[in-house]
Amino acid sequence: MADIRSLHHAVADLVRDGDTVAMEGFTHLIPYAAAHEVIRQGITDLTLVRMTPDVIYDQLIGAGLVRRLVFSWGGNPGVGSLHRFRDAVENGWPRPLELDEHSHAGMANRYVAGASRLPFAVLRGYRGSDLPARTDTVSTVVCPFTGEELAAVAALNPDVTVIHAQRADREGNVQLWGLTGVQKEAALAARRVLVTVEEIVERLEPRPGGVVLPTWVIDAVCVVPGGAHPSYAAGYSVRDNAFYQAWDPIARDRETFTRWLDENVRGAGAGVR
Amino acid sequence: MTVPTDDAAFTSDELMEVNAARALADATTCFVGIGLPSTAANLARATVNPGLVLIYESGTIGSKPTRLPLSIGDGELAETADTVVSVPEMFNYWLQGGRIDVGFLGAAQVDRYANVNTTAVDRGPGRPEGRLPGAGGAPEIAANCGRVLLVLRHSRRNFVQRLDFVTTLGHGGGPEDRARLGLPGAGPAAVITDLGVLRPDPATAELVLTALHPGATVDRVRAATGWDVPVSDALGTTAPPTPQELAALRALKAAGEDV
Repeated sequence: MADIRSLHHAVADLVRDGDTVAMEGFTHLIPYAAAHEVIRQGITDLTLVRMTPDVIYDQLIGAGLVRRLVFSWGGNPGVGSLHRFRDAVENGWPRPLELDEHSHAGMANRYVAGASRLPFAVLRGYRGSDLPARTDTVSTVVCPFTGEELAAVAALNPDVTVIHAQRADREGNVQLWGLTGVQKEAALAARRVLVTVEEIVERLEPRPGGVVLPTWVIDAVCVVPGGAHPSYAAGYSVRDNAFYQAWDPIARDRETFTRWLDENVRGAGAGVR
Repeated sequence: MTVPTDDAAFTSDELMEVNAARALADATTCFVGIGLPSTAANLARATVNPGLVLIYESGTIGSKPTRLPLSIGDGELAETADTVVSVPEMFNYWLQGGRIDVGFLGAAQVDRYANVNTTAVDRGPGRPEGRLPGAGGAPEIAANCGRVLLVLRHSRRNFVQRLDFVTTLGHGGGPEDRARLGLPGAGPAAVITDLGVLRPDPATAELVLTALHPGATVDRVRAATGWDVPVSDALGTTAPPTPQELAALRALKAAGEDV
């Protein structure tokens, strides 16, 4: 059953040094506020997992908290490179970053296997690509019925998955809608689940096509209005495209980045919830 | 970059974008990459193919945005879609299921067989490799869509003799390679650049320059290509953008800038 509690206490309790952490969101409902709390608490040596690491992973990597990244596409969508990510990979600043690199189809299926508590998933993927040579989490398997050789990808089971959603009720049942990405799979694949929400409501109105994660698959729910900013929460806030564009010059320079992080995330009073 | 052509009525980027949109005239469904492919696909809906079904990997099927989305997760893509599905459903049922006509991709590096690198570039001895964003959906988009279109600017940095890394297979090293690997789709059908259009030779699968945009020359294409690119005996010239195409393209871009 999910407890409804403060973001500070939920992060301190559920996210630990050395954990494998998935903070999912396919450009929508990205859990920025929770990630900023991880930065404030200095939780380190993390293996971060996400299909599309973007600005928030750039911040976590630049803060020196990340040892390894499991991903399929790392960029600032529509804007360009992630400069902190590149600096870590190319120059080891502020620390070297190991990569476990996949295609989107592979990552999606790794979560599906994790949520299904299977050891791997199969797909008709990776053929002709050099990607399998870089990772030990892609192999092949022969179909026992047709003899076809297929890609096998190892299940992903994060220690903790963190997502943002629109609503929860007082029992901690969570509802999200819009671009639901791979959040359901990432949550069900994890050992612990932390969800930040825009608001708590008395009753969850049914949403056609929406996703409900029942309270008994979640550990903590935290009320954090605007917790996805600068990404967005359909029905509550729109995407702050200007921030994504502004991020590029901030992240290009190590000192500018560090000053931004100190002033906006780590500074006294920043983001207290 | 928007380099004016000789008569300055349109830019070389606009030539690329308009021709990329025209390549979708007969498509039913298009799996759209962000950036130039998204510009082309949305322009196609506004001009040559109003019924084109746009599919974005964020899970949207049948998006009808009125402006260019900044990202594949732009809210308008979801709000205007016929439906929104989860990412595993998108890749497994719709893409791997063989239900999408055209995959439209960009690239950082492309070689003579239209293989694509979006992962990493070699920066020389003793230096770590340069990072690119990574594969994203491209390997399986290029494998499973009926055919593939590529759009990117023409330069020696992009059109290379040998890829530093094969992220996404085009035609491998010849016409048999896709079949040998069991890839369902026909692979790259055209590479559209700011100078012209290249298409694979059916016999060798090697890219051949088949058309130049107005104002471009074979010499400029050769200077911007990192291998000795063959030129078709029937080399054509693409039609200049119509006033309607230019107006639609500029309106899409202007609407995007207001956001």
